[in-house]
Amino acid sequence: MTKTSSATAAKKPAASAKAADFGQAPVNAKLTAAQKIELYRTMVRIRRFEERSLRSYQAKKIGGFLHLYIGQEAVATGCCSLMGANDHVITAYRDHGHAIAVGMDTRALMAENYGKVTGCSKGKGGSMHYFAPDKNYWGGHGIVGGQIPLGAGLAYGIKYKGLKGAAMAFMGDGAVNQGAVHEAYNLAALWQLPAVFIIENNGYSMGTSQARSSAGQLAKRAEGYDMAWGQCNGHDLYEVRATVDEHLRMAREQCKPSILEIDTYRYRGHSVADPDNTYRTKEEIEEYRRTKDPIQVFQNLLVAERVLTEDLIAEIDTAARTEADAAADFAEASPFPTVEDIQKDVYWEADNPSERKSQGRLFFD
Amino acid sequence: MPVFTYREAIRHALAEELERDANVVIMGEEVAQFNGAYKVTEGLLAKFGDKRVVDTPITEAGFIGAGIGASMLGVRPVMELMFWSFYSVAFDQILNNAANVRYMSGGQISCPIVIRGPANGGTNVGATHSHTPENVLANHPGVKVVVPSTAADAKGLLKSAIRDNDPVFFLENTLLYGEKGEVPEGEHIVPLGVADIKRTGKDLTIVTYGRSVLHSLKAAEILEKEHGASVEIVDLRTIRPLDIDTVLKSVAKTHRVLIVEEQKPFASVGTQLSYMIQREAFDELDAPIHRLATVDAPAIYSPPVEVEQLPNAQRVLKAALEVLA
Ligand SMILES: Cc1ncc(C[n+]2csc(CCOP(=O)(O)OP(=O)(O)O)c2C)c(N)n1
Ligand SMILES: [Mg+2]
Repeated sequence: MTKTSSATAAKKPAASAKAADFGQAPVNAKLTAAQKIELYRTMVRIRRFEERSLRSYQAKKIGGFLHLYIGQEAVATGCCSLMGANDHVITAYRDHGHAIAVGMDTRALMAENYGKVTGCSKGKGGSMHYFAPDKNYWGGHGIVGGQIPLGAGLAYGIKYKGLKGAAMAFMGDGAVNQGAVHEAYNLAALWQLPAVFIIENNGYSMGTSQARSSAGQLAKRAEGYDMAWGQCNGHDLYEVRATVDEHLRMAREQCKPSILEIDTYRYRGHSVADPDNTYRTKEEIEEYRRTKDPIQVFQNLLVAERVLTEDLIAEIDTAARTEADAAADFAEASPFPTVEDIQKDVYWEADNPSERKSQGRLFFD
Repeated sequence: MPVFTYREAIRHALAEELERDANVVIMGEEVAQFNGAYKVTEGLLAKFGDKRVVDTPITEAGFIGAGIGASMLGVRPVMELMFWSFYSVAFDQILNNAANVRYMSGGQISCPIVIRGPANGGTNVGATHSHTPENVLANHPGVKVVVPSTAADAKGLLKSAIRDNDPVFFLENTLLYGEKGEVPEGEHIVPLGVADIKRTGKDLTIVTYGRSVLHSLKAAEILEKEHGASVEIVDLRTIRPLDIDTVLKSVAKTHRVLIVEEQKPFASVGTQLSYMIQREAFDELDAPIHRLATVDAPAIYSPPVEVEQLPNAQRVLKAALEVLA
């Protein structure tokens, strides 16, 4: 629901009671059974991919950081499922879910995690820096909040080119306190850019709870910029889709930016390196898993709708595991970049020497 | 002498300075309740309480700027950047405000702030998290820049940094946090601006700092054993102020220079050193000054390739043999 008034948004009751209503929202009511199954499948594929990545990380096949999306699957799946040809996405380093949801090949994603040349960024970016401009997916960004002005810029580009589309710029609940985020909010509101700023509020930024990091309600900051805002439950795919659809329409049809805060939860530590034992209880995590798991919530809904059967659930799960294993096998079998590759993809002109116009030395070894 | 990790040595310096001076405050993301992203500040909240050890939101421009402002009133903030790479978010605060306020006020205002945290590659965290900004920082008169390579240096230099009346930027290394070394007991202070000869030799001077000191020491051993070459290693420890005299003295002894730095080559610390050495010791040189830096590109993620992008013992060895040839 979108608010422009100063009324405080009460947190919506989670899960099943209201979920049925969101299933009736036009954007969900029009879904065929096959489309619903695909949405469910996407969430399962994300989870299995993440679990496989975790195993590969533990086997030391993946270096650096690994920020898993487990628990948040309905957010990326719901949002990205609404993308049309002129809609674009940008996010932070917890980027695997969005990548799979926009349709990137999980083999290229896993190969990127492994640092292989067959990765979506040729092994140069790693897990935090996936990119696929052909899928309107602009990364994968490591600096907290740094992607949000880019999101405003994508919206600017859409408007400048006269296209009817929207840019979804995702950030975490910790990112909202970066100055760059506020500068982007202001520009988007001032220039009426078709942007939807989506706060994936999983309650924590690393080991810091929302209460210890942010004054006031996160999305409500929109009011200072005269922007519309909303909040929704991110454990229910139908609710995510119904709410995001409104925000996207506002952007596409009226060129109005907005902020949407989606409540979600991550089951794993901040990154795989986070021992996750100082800032929340095991009971809290268990409670979310038991009552709000986005895959389970949607599975229950689709079983009730007779769209999913036990057999189909098992089949989807097996296929997702097989896909994740195949991605890992592909990554394993792929070669690493070479030392010569280090200096490729730095300058357009160096990669296209026959079309070079500038002169002088580009590299300084 | 007792042996501590580099991490512990920094923690001890912080604890001792918190104890000594009530104006010292530690601030940063996850430094208090989480005990530090790299556990450098572990236990300090429990010992000193939340007035002295303060968690901040993810808002580098805001909290670093606030630290600079507080320092103008005489508070001595020791700010942790989870990674120095995030300094760019606070660039204006660090390099417009901290670096300039003393000058622009005609010397009326001091800014006794320390900003510390890791600045290094080699952990496969990609281009956004692998910056080594010592050259960028040192380009600004008014600031001091420290890059310690050992536990003892880290402790002694950090204590000097905290007592200094100008902004001091202290660049650590996540790959050194676990390295152990002897640290003198009691009050251990290393003054800023004094280089340290980490190994004496007569055939070649390697000028280096930070983790590259370790690679250089390894290469020097191989050079000694397998090539009969005797290498002197000058650890700068502080980039600004720069102890050029110790460098020149070594050059006058060996007549050959290799600079090793985990830096992008363009306008690096080595660039500055090369200029000064050729300018002040041209007649001492028997060979052109050589330099080994990071391969000139953003940091690659791919783990085995990143090793080759950075200085490592093998690359130092190869470069040293070129200068000795
Ligand atoms: C500018 C900057 N500061 C700090 C960090 C280190 N860091 C990475 S993620 C993170 C927490 C962000 O939390 P949130 O925005 O809630 O996103 P979540 O991880 O929960 O998805 C921190 C402090 C960073 N990458 N960039
Ligand atoms: Mg969060």
